[in-house]
Amino acid sequence: MLLGPSLAVSAVLFALGVAGVLLRRNAIVIFMCVELMLNAVNLTFVALAQQLGVAGQIFVFFVMAVAAAEAGVGLAIMLAIYRHRHTVNLQNINLLKG
Amino acid sequence: MSLDLATSRDLLRALLPELVLTLVGMALLLVIAWRHRTAADLRVAGWVTLAGLAAAGAAAWWLWWHTAHALGAPAMIAVDDFRFVADGLLLGTAGLTVLVSFDYLERERLLAPEYYALLLFATLGMMLMVGGEDLMVVFLGLELMSVAVYALAGINRHSAAAAEAALKYFLLGAFASAFLLYGIALVYGATATTNLSLIGVQIRTLGLDNSPMLLIGLGLLLVGFGFKVAAVPFHMWAPDVYDGSPTPVTGYMATAVKAAAFAALLRVLGEAFGGVPAWHHIVWWLAVATMVVGNLVALAQRTLKRMLAYSSIAHAGYLLVAVAAGTSAGSAAFVFYLVAYTLTTLAAFALLAAKGRDGERDVLIDDLAGLASGRPWLAFALAICMLSLLGFPGTAGFIGKWYILVAATGARQLPLAAILVLTSVISAGYYLSVIMAMYMQPEPFERAHTAMRIGRLGGAVVAVSVAGVLFLGIRPNRLLDLAKTSGDGLRAGPAVTTPAPPSPPSVGR
Repeated sequence: MLLGPSLAVSAVLFALGVAGVLLRRNAIVIFMCVELMLNAVNLTFVALAQQLGVAGQIFVFFVMAVAAAEAGVGLAIMLAIYRHRHTVNLQNINLLKG
Repeated sequence: MSLDLATSRDLLRALLPELVLTLVGMALLLVIAWRHRTAADLRVAGWVTLAGLAAAGAAAWWLWWHTAHALGAPAMIAVDDFRFVADGLLLGTAGLTVLVSFDYLERERLLAPEYYALLLFATLGMMLMVGGEDLMVVFLGLELMSVAVYALAGINRHSAAAAEAALKYFLLGAFASAFLLYGIALVYGATATTNLSLIGVQIRTLGLDNSPMLLIGLGLLLVGFGFKVAAVPFHMWAPDVYDGSPTPVTGYMATAVKAAAFAALLRVLGEAFGGVPAWHHIVWWLAVATMVVGNLVALAQRTLKRMLAYSSIAHAGYLLVAVAAGTSAGSAAFVFYLVAYTLTTLAAFALLAAKGRDGERDVLIDDLAGLASGRPWLAFALAICMLSLLGFPGTAGFIGKWYILVAATGARQLPLAAILVLTSVISAGYYLSVIMAMYMQPEPFERAHTAMRIGRLGGAVVAVSVAGVLFLGIRPNRLLDLAKTSGDGLRAGPAVTTPAPPSPPSVGR
């Protein structure tokens, strides 16, 4: 049921996430785009689960747990960098280069 | 000892090393919840970590000694020599990193015992990743490793550079994980399974090797792994992150994280995608780009830490040559080179941590001038590391490169072998300049290197690593045999006595 359209929508969402990561400069917005990519993948898994059995839906739970763990560590790191630099804009975060 | 992974008793046995490490990690978290204030608490945490790593190593050795192998249907976890050898390498690397960290953490006033807990969990993630027989287990192991290492990179909360390194590593690592995950989803869609050997079976029986969905999924998987092993053009994060992180963590990232990602890549490509020729071309180009760019940019570096960062990118290129060969000789050369590279790089970063007090980011290659007259043994150790990284005869690096060359020519990859030799010649430009500074230039001022302090444990790590590099350079046979048997295990045909998974949907085929 609607396998093709669901896969197409998730591909579009994933591409939007990639574009956001590459174009935006605010660390939190970039992180939100990464989350969008992960959720696009979740949609793919759920869509495929219609035909391939329940495994696809179980993967979604793992992905959600992983995304939550990543969010916990990632927001802590952003807090740490905000304390040092008073910004989370990547254009101003440039101690390391060369 | 044959293990039927369908029964829970045998499954627990097969997972014994991981279970031991999990239990020790949780116990350690409990201990440091109460004791986390003084340097003594830090040392206790370090010794508990070492004990846990040793116990997990003993468990892996026990399984290997009894030639454990799996029976019956393909399960979530592999039980083969490749996993045990990789476990040994990862646990050993983690152990040496802990020993280097003892002095470093106290010197830098990083009184955070969580460091060791994170190290344990990162190692656990790596072991799951290299032992995973299912793409989802590989993904979960990779995430466990990555999340722990993001935090390790930023463990020094007083350093703005460390916070920046952690942020860059986190953003690009999460980006790469999303690619990897989408690749897994598409491969699952094309083959109806995430089990590595069943994917191989499905590709062969259903003739999927030209299915667009499978090929796109494979490409996304390679992008994700490419980020993790820092292959050009997915390497931009590596120099900054290696530069900003605390030096023992950098050493750990450049060795264990890279080794685990490479080992998982080799297993995924060998077991699941052995029947798809397309990835050989992609890996071929990745290897060429990584070798050329890594070595050329390393030439331009003035600080030792950044030079070592680019050098580790270049070495990822050499390892990719072994992967691209795609033969069992390639896998054997791969395992051997991984061990040689890990020992050498760990020792080099331990020496860098000793040299740089309060900011090893600023150690220029020229700052090593006259080290040989001031601290002859440390200079000797660093010189051996540089020669091994260069691939000088008599060191493990030479034997490793030699076998990669043999594997590449055996697989008729002559251009790849030629580029490997040429870029190795280029790398002499930066490795030898370190040795020249140490041995041929005078000390800039009297007693310039007396502040360099390595400590007893750090010294032992360097001594063991350098001795290992020299020993493997002269007597490589034992390790090479081990590498061969473990590499062959990856290609042994899976038991095809299993109920076929449901046939994949018709979309995208």
